[in-house]
Parts: sequence; C-alpha cells; structure tokens
Amino acid sequence: MIRNTSWHIKGVLLLAGCLLLALPAFAMDVPESVEIDILADLYQGVEFDHQMHIDLAQDCSTCHHHTTGTGTVDLYCARCHNTFEEQATVACQDCHLADPFSAEAIQAKGETNLFHVDVYGLKGAYHRNCMGCHEKMDGPTGCQDCHARTEAGDAFYHSGKYAPPIATQADHEE
Amino acid sequence: MSKISRRRFLAGSLAGCAAVMAAPTSKALASGNLAGFPDGMGVLVDLTRCVGCRSCEAACNKEQKLPAPDQPFDDYSVFDQTFHHGTQKRRPTEKAYTVVNRYESKQSDKPVYRKIQCNHCNEPACLTSCFVGAYTKTKEGAVIYNSKVCVGCRNCMIACPFHVPAYSYSSATDPVVKKCIFCYDTRVKHGKPPACVEICPTQALVFGKRAELLKIARERIERHPGKYQDEIYGEKEVGGTSWLYLSGVPFEDVGFDTTLQKEPIINNVKDFLATVPMVLAIWPALFTGFHLLSTKGKSHGDEDQHAEQHEGGEQ
Repeated sequence: MIRNTSWHIKGVLLLAGCLLLALPAFAMDVPESVEIDILADLYQGVEFDHQMHIDLAQDCSTCHHHTTGTGTVDLYCARCHNTFEEQATVACQDCHLADPFSAEAIQAKGETNLFHVDVYGLKGAYHRNCMGCHEKMDGPTGCQDCHARTEAGDAFYHSGKYAPPIATQADHEE
Repeated sequence: MSKISRRRFLAGSLAGCAAVMAAPTSKALASGNLAGFPDGMGVLVDLTRCVGCRSCEAACNKEQKLPAPDQPFDDYSVFDQTFHHGTQKRRPTEKAYTVVNRYESKQSDKPVYRKIQCNHCNEPACLTSCFVGAYTKTKEGAVIYNSKVCVGCRNCMIACPFHVPAYSYSSATDPVVKKCIFCYDTRVKHGKPPACVEICPTQALVFGKRAELLKIARERIERHPGKYQDEIYGEKEVGGTSWLYLSGVPFEDVGFDTTLQKEPIINNVKDFLATVPMVLAIWPALFTGFHLLSTKGKSHGDEDQHAEQHEGGEQ
C-alpha cells in the first residue's frame, strides 16, 4: 500500500512538474496565423504564418524582443530588460507607432527622460525585423513576395496596367 | 600754408563723414555664424537601411503632382541609366524632385543606394545667388521657392554645390527652376512628415528636429561601431544642411562630394561685397581730394580757352 502511494505521489508530482513547465504556453494565446493589415493601403494585408515562424525561430525573443518572458537577445537591451517577465502586450503595434512622425511623436522624442528615442515606426519595424532574417535564411525579400499590391498601389507606382507606354520607356539618353 | 576755400573744406568734410558712416561695422564684415533656425526640421537618411525600392520617388511624384514618369517606379533597370557618356547617374529633374541611385562599394557586398534631393541648407547658396529673392528659408527648415517670381536665370543652378535645382526646359514660354520643397505647403507646414519619409518601408528616412537628428545619428554611430562611417554628412557641409546622411561605406563611394567647404557658400563673397559701399563712398572723395591738391594753383586749360573765345568774340 505504501509503495503504491509513493508511485501515485511521484506520478502526480511528475504531472504537476510538466504542467508548470508548460505554463508559459498557457499564459498567452499564441495565434497560429496573424492578419497584419493595419497599414494596408498600397499593398494588401499580410497573411502571416505565425506557427511556421515559431517552428523556425524556436525562441520568441528573436522577433518579440523580451516581451514574451523569454530572455533578451541583444546585449545592449539586456542592461535594463533582464527580468524574464511576460509583458502586458506582445503585439508589435503596441510599442511601434503606426504614425511615428506625427507632431505628438516628435514632441515626445524631445523629452529628456525618454530612453527609446531612435525607435522604428510600425512599418519600419515590420520590414527591418523580418527582412534581416529573410535575407539570411533565403526567405522572401521582394515587396510582392509577402504582400500583393492593390489597385491603388499599381496606380501609385505607375506599374502594371498604369505603366507608361513602352515608347516613352525606351526614350532616354544613352 | 595752402588756402582751401570754405566751400571746399565743407564739401570735403561732408564726403569724409559720409564715407565713415557708409563703411560697414566690423560686425557686418565678420562672416555670419548662423546656426540655423533652432526648431528647424530635418531628415536623417540612413544609407545602410535603404533597399532601393524607389517608393520615395513614387510618393514625391504623387504629392507634388508631377507628370507621369518615363518608367514605372518599380522598374529597377533605371539604376543602370547613365548620362553624359557614362559619367553621371540620374539626378533630380523637373519631373522628379528626388531620385535614388545605386552604387557599388568595395566595402559592402550588397549595393548601396542613395536618395538625392534638395538638402535644404541652413544658408542656401541658391537663396543667396537669387537676385529676385525667389527662395525663402522657412523656420521649419524648408527652402522653398516662388516660381512666380523666378525669372529663370538659373544662377541658383550654378550656385548650388549639390547641383540640385532642375529647370523646366520643356516649357518654352514659362520655364522656371524646380526642386524638392520638403513638402512644405502640403505637409511640413502642418507638422506632418514629407511624403517620401512617410512611405519609406525600412525607415531609412527619419523626420524630426535637426538638433535631435544629430543626436540620434551620433548615438547610432556609437551604438553600432564599425557599421557606420564616423561622420554625419550634412552636419557642417556648406554651413550645415537639413538633410543629414549616415553611411556604412565611405561617402565618396556613394557619390557625395566630400571636398565641399564647411562654411556657407556666401562666405566666399561676403568679405568682398561688404567693402563695396565703403569703396563707392570713399574713393570719389579721396581721389577728388588728390586731384584738387595736385592741381592747386596751376592754370587749368579751360581758362585759356575761355580767354581765346572772349578775344575772338570781341573782334
């Protein structure tokens, strides 16, 4: 009877231990795919395969810096951000402003006790964070590889059906 | 003892006083030290971030209502275009206030791209060369021009050390100078960033107060040792420009003119021009004085002539 009890206790402890280790995964809602379309205008939104990137990157902090509770990668950041705490927000747009050059944003940069002054805006953060890795790992690097252009985009770039006639294209000095 | 008449004495004194008054004070003679408007805006261009997508060209074209381009903005064969028998790459034109060029550098495996546009200098050479005052340096930092006042003399095109202003050669009846105006009328005046800055996907362009941008640029250089050249192009060139550049490769490799003086262009002529009023006032008085002193007492030729005429008349 005592031997059976110790087995049960070991089993329960083992199960509890596994659950504890898996706790971080339960703490946040990890989406499998994310629709990134907050800035969509000239290009369509991005169907972002989150699960694939989780499998590729393994470490959340590769993209999410330190906000997911895993350690920081950049030693420069680790001077302050070295507590392994999950932040209230993980989404890019909650720290990287969609409009980084508004008058308010520029005014805020002038405040002297603001450390993060040279921060990417949202569009810059998306592209810089993604393209760095894509270039190393042979991922998509062309504009339309990740997001197709809209009609407005074609008109903006004078491309596709809005392209100038071929006659004028060839007309330049050698 | 030479006898000077009262009239001459008074005239001489008056001329001397006028000359002294007209001579500029030492303050004006000293070359100005204009640090620019303190709240002037600027743009920091980080050439390590530019990928040559040409979205900025497209955004400028739309914002400034420029005519349709010859090639689509996502056509990258334009980077191979050369002019003047292969000696020059693309430059701003009347139809394109900004262009992006591609450069190869031994210090980089990837090509380096550079965006060219008006640098909105603190003491613009174009402004100082314009004799009709078509250019204005606004307090927001933008150097704008009034095409209605422009007479199309193109002095500014010669004066600009960056060879930026373009000319609308296509117009036979009303050609004027055309260049980037920092999206002043439509954006910067209302506190919004210029169109090119807003569209840049990699944030190679950062808009903000020029003083802040210099700090950001220095911090970037310090934080990433070896990634950047230890210099901010535009910090002091020709007296400082509003558009500042950071580069990972030497600036000469990317087409920048690194031989430019660190003082405003006008300093080359300020000292000379400042002496002109003094010369115009003093020299006539001075040389008149010399002439009168040297011919004093001698008979002047016209007196004999008058005497002859007189005699002729009497006969």
